[in-house]
Amino acid sequence: MRFGIIVFPGSNCDRDCWYVVTQGLGQDARFVWHQETDISDIDAVMLPGGFSYGDYLRVGAIARFSPVMNAVRRFAEDGGLVIGICNGFQILVEAQMLPGAFLRNAGLRFRCRPTFIRVENNATPFTVLCRPGQVLQIPIAHADGRYYADEATLNQLEKEGRIVFRYCDPSGQVTESANPNGSARNIAGLINETGNVLGMMPHPERASSKLLGSEDGLWIWKSLIHSFQTCGSVVPR
Amino acid sequence: MRRVTVLIRLKETVDDAQGRVVCQALKDLGFSAVAQVRIGKVIDLWLEDADDLEQTKKMVAQMCQVLLANPVIEEFEVWQEEGSQR
Repeated sequence: MRFGIIVFPGSNCDRDCWYVVTQGLGQDARFVWHQETDISDIDAVMLPGGFSYGDYLRVGAIARFSPVMNAVRRFAEDGGLVIGICNGFQILVEAQMLPGAFLRNAGLRFRCRPTFIRVENNATPFTVLCRPGQVLQIPIAHADGRYYADEATLNQLEKEGRIVFRYCDPSGQVTESANPNGSARNIAGLINETGNVLGMMPHPERASSKLLGSEDGLWIWKSLIHSFQTCGSVVPR
Repeated sequence: MRRVTVLIRLKETVDDAQGRVVCQALKDLGFSAVAQVRIGKVIDLWLEDADDLEQTKKMVAQMCQVLLANPVIEEFEVWQEEGSQR
């Protein structure tokens, strides 16, 4: 399986992602520069974390117009698996491939710390190997991670099971004090309507080795690889 | 050359954490009259061949919709200051 890791000017988690999927999980991967327009050799797209275009104007606002994003959009429309992590999530939201928007963290601080997230939906290609309600320890590192959407959108997301991860305490309770950034309804990760595009603020690539303090991110990578190997992708391409 | 100013504000329904903190700081400094603060953005644009004001405003509004503002959380106003055309 071949991952395409999209690199924007200012991406800085691209190499960590590459390391995990190639060295850790034995898959193929290549970096895709944001000016590229052909990603037909790619099986799954990864939008890594970082500060694309220096977060100028709004987080993710400029990256959305990079040439490669047209290819990513078509790839997703054809049912290809796309995972956006942190800044990658923010880009997917700006590109309207996922609903809502991001605001400055409620506490106004850049937060770089371990968080716990609860798997709210394990019937997605990114969580299929997880137990329902499983708690994963995966760190966050962001200043603009406060997820916002209007009430109607939030209700719809709940109803359709599209909230994939919520910030919780170590025992899995979704509480206000476990919410590191003031995100609406403790949302840490979302999926699109067709179930093949995931955005999440925590960094699974930073929780994929015992040396880094947690291997819980592997549940997500392994689910993704398993989904690709068993069905190719969610929607037939 | 015509200068046009765009004002971008968070929608009223969106919580502005920065504004709340600045409001508190002003109160702490003794400005007890301050009841609320909300922080937005100002973007100045210098446009060529922009003699037709209505047309220009329309174009700038379009810029706001596709890039300068995020309609999910923000609203915008396009300003043309009197006498700014040179």
